[in-house]
Amino acid sequence: MLGKLTWAAIPLDNPMPIIASLVVGIIILAVLIWVTARGWWPYLWHEWITSVDHKRIGVMYVILSVVMLIRGFSDAIMMRTQQAAAFHSAGYLPPAHYDQVFSAHGTIMIFFGAMPMIIGLMNFVVPLQLGVRDVAFPTLNSVSFWLTASGALLVNVSLVIGEFARTGWLVYPPLSELKYSPGVGVDYYLWALQISGAGTLMAGVNLVTTILKMRAPGMGYLRMPMFCWTALTSNMLIIAAFPILTATLAMLILDRYLGFHFFTNTAGGNMMMFINLIWCWGHPEVYILVLPAFGVFSEVVSTFSSKPLFGYRSMVAATLFITIVSFLVWLHHFFTMGAGANVNAAFGIATSVIAVGTGVKIYNWLFTMYGGRVRFTTPMLWSIGFMVTFVLGGMTGVLLAVPPADFVLHNSLFLVAHFHNVIVGGVIFGAFAGITYWFPKAFGFRLVESWGKAAFWLALIGFWVTFAPLYVTGLEGMTRRLQHVDVAEWHPWMLVSVAGVAILIAGVICQVTQLFVSIHRREELRDTTGDPWDGRSMEWATPSPPPAFNFAVMPNVENEEPYWTIKRRAIEAQRLGPEPHYEPIHMPKNSPTGVVTAFFTTFMGFAMIWHIWWLVGVGFVGAYATFVVFAWRDVEEYEVPAEEVARIDRARRKARIEWMERAGEAA
Amino acid sequence: MSAAGTLPDRAPHGGQRDPYKIGHHGGGHHEATGHGEGGPASKRIIVGYGFWIFLLSDIVLFSAFFATYAVLAKATAGGPSGRDLFELDRVAIETACLLASSYLCGLAYVAAQAKNMLWTQIGLLATGLLGFVFVLLEVQEFAQMAAEGAGPQRSAFLTAFFSLVGCHGLHVSLGLLWLGTMMAQIWAKGFRPAIMRRLLCFNLFWHALDIIWVAIFTIVYLMGAGA
Repeated sequence: MLGKLTWAAIPLDNPMPIIASLVVGIIILAVLIWVTARGWWPYLWHEWITSVDHKRIGVMYVILSVVMLIRGFSDAIMMRTQQAAAFHSAGYLPPAHYDQVFSAHGTIMIFFGAMPMIIGLMNFVVPLQLGVRDVAFPTLNSVSFWLTASGALLVNVSLVIGEFARTGWLVYPPLSELKYSPGVGVDYYLWALQISGAGTLMAGVNLVTTILKMRAPGMGYLRMPMFCWTALTSNMLIIAAFPILTATLAMLILDRYLGFHFFTNTAGGNMMMFINLIWCWGHPEVYILVLPAFGVFSEVVSTFSSKPLFGYRSMVAATLFITIVSFLVWLHHFFTMGAGANVNAAFGIATSVIAVGTGVKIYNWLFTMYGGRVRFTTPMLWSIGFMVTFVLGGMTGVLLAVPPADFVLHNSLFLVAHFHNVIVGGVIFGAFAGITYWFPKAFGFRLVESWGKAAFWLALIGFWVTFAPLYVTGLEGMTRRLQHVDVAEWHPWMLVSVAGVAILIAGVICQVTQLFVSIHRREELRDTTGDPWDGRSMEWATPSPPPAFNFAVMPNVENEEPYWTIKRRAIEAQRLGPEPHYEPIHMPKNSPTGVVTAFFTTFMGFAMIWHIWWLVGVGFVGAYATFVVFAWRDVEEYEVPAEEVARIDRARRKARIEWMERAGEAA
Repeated sequence: MSAAGTLPDRAPHGGQRDPYKIGHHGGGHHEATGHGEGGPASKRIIVGYGFWIFLLSDIVLFSAFFATYAVLAKATAGGPSGRDLFELDRVAIETACLLASSYLCGLAYVAAQAKNMLWTQIGLLATGLLGFVFVLLEVQEFAQMAAEGAGPQRSAFLTAFFSLVGCHGLHVSLGLLWLGTMMAQIWAKGFRPAIMRRLLCFNLFWHALDIIWVAIFTIVYLMGAGA
């Protein structure tokens, strides 16, 4: 009836996950009681959970990401404290648990921390920057989000029911085969990623279609803001790379569930094929994450230097170059696994060449700042911190791209330090820059600068104090994923590293404090104009937060910085353009399709993990029935009456006129 | 400051500021101009385009299975090879069924555009029946091979074979489920624009599966039986 699921699946003998999940359970319960007591369920259901508004979905992606980043960070704290404590002793995490912690850390940070963050930002920003009213497929967008949430839920369920993979975040066979990993840990990994991966693929299809087929009149490709360009390339990479991940994981599932021989070490299976396939997805994945972050920095640096982006076209070219070359370097993840000198040399050169494209970008940002009136706001600090950190991380990457050096450094902490250097310094700094930058657009008030700046400095210093020791010990030969460290020379560095983690914790506390203080002081931080940073692209033409339809009348794009042009023209002439003729707007209706589908797929995934076959059937039928009900609906859109559009837009124009007059006097 | 939208269609200095003279169409209810300068494309183009991109991703998925098959094709582990197993007569019938099915699917779409319910349903039914025959033949082939001890657990070659061909078969089966649902929907709701767009997507899907099958037919069966 319940497949492999028995009471033994609850790890009662291991207090840590039980305590952790009890705490999380109590927090969730408290939130649910609070929401119920306040009577917020109808609001949450109608305005958020079933929303197909790209802005709301983007915000929900980012919230999911922040929660999972905290989960992944607590795994990181456990690993660093374990390695610091386990010197000539066993530490406090037994190997079986420690292995789950590092596997969960990588899986959660990449798939459920970084990916939803980036997709959330793209979802929120791209339609606004393109001057359109929604993405191409709004309901599909909701399905994508809820499938991602479903995968995240499954990973967290593994904390208390069963176990998580002990194989590392990319489940290399033959270790991940049934023979060597008989538990459900790898199955949790596989199904969580299949479900969220389907969501990611659909998000990619959605955003590429949006960018290529839905832009405001006049917005040719070379007039798109840089963030849209990077979003386009990132999503093209999703479309090209994620199906490979789906296929690869499907093969491992077939091996584990039906006794197939893709990657086994018997009957002709070939485990190197897994390594190749997974990195054919895995390397582009790095650029899926970091390219949109580059886009964020481009927007931020240009806005806060009060200058157009330097070398816009070279930036586009560099982005496309990175996109293509990112598919030609996957083998550098396993130089040591027997490909031969010539193959290694080719991939080493391709890898080094990527640095050229990235270098173009770094110089463009520097030249954008050069001669500009630079405002050192929190997003700008994250951007400058990124440039310093990322250049150093890129240089260690080029070092690792040299195959002979890689033979020494492969699987060492040097490698761990390198990829954290580029992912934290690139993606995470970019995410924080983007959140601070677009927060007022999403919620109508700015975040407090003081706590944001404190968070930045603590994160920057904490990052280097944590990871510089890992570079050192890695060079000295310390391999990754060690449960205990008995080498006396390395122990002091482990202590330094854990001190860095303490600084990072202080940074996280500052971030959380910043959010609460900002909510508390939201009236004085209110953004009345919709353009708090003196921005240059179309999203700043809308009020903050924008109405559901974003733009009352679709804007007309005349150059690369359409909003800046309109703004300067209005300030010079001291008048807005004539009031447009308002027409009713048709917007897509909200739909519970996404959340109901994800409800069924969560059960389907859980049932697959525990071999509860009847529940798999129920889940499939339920998910399919949900789609049929969706397809059967008669009314797809609702109408915003012209008077309502006029009312909202006149309020915006009024705020703009006041602001324009002030700006005119200042000039 | 202002305004998205407060200067639509107008662009007073358009001539100087916009040397390329693009983007003066305004509105956004036109057919696409090809590069998006005229504003958002029509819904039909957006849906068709988006579905094509999805199909591209599906082809990438198949390419991973093709690559795997290419790597493992010789890894028979002492078991039977394609030469011992493949029966090209059945595969020829399967191919004929699938290609004819695709042709009828196209005819059904023509009938749907003419809003002819009877011929649309007949066309879709014939499409589905041929697809069903294809799936039956494939199941028969798989069952026969498994009964001969040449199931997917036998060797890496057979693993790759069953997975690649089975993945295509699974797509056809899910397509049949989709097709049945669509037929019921057209019957119940008529030729609404949204349903016509879905029918277009189904056509694209069905033709794409043909493309995949032609590759399977060539690379797996013809090359395998000849090797």
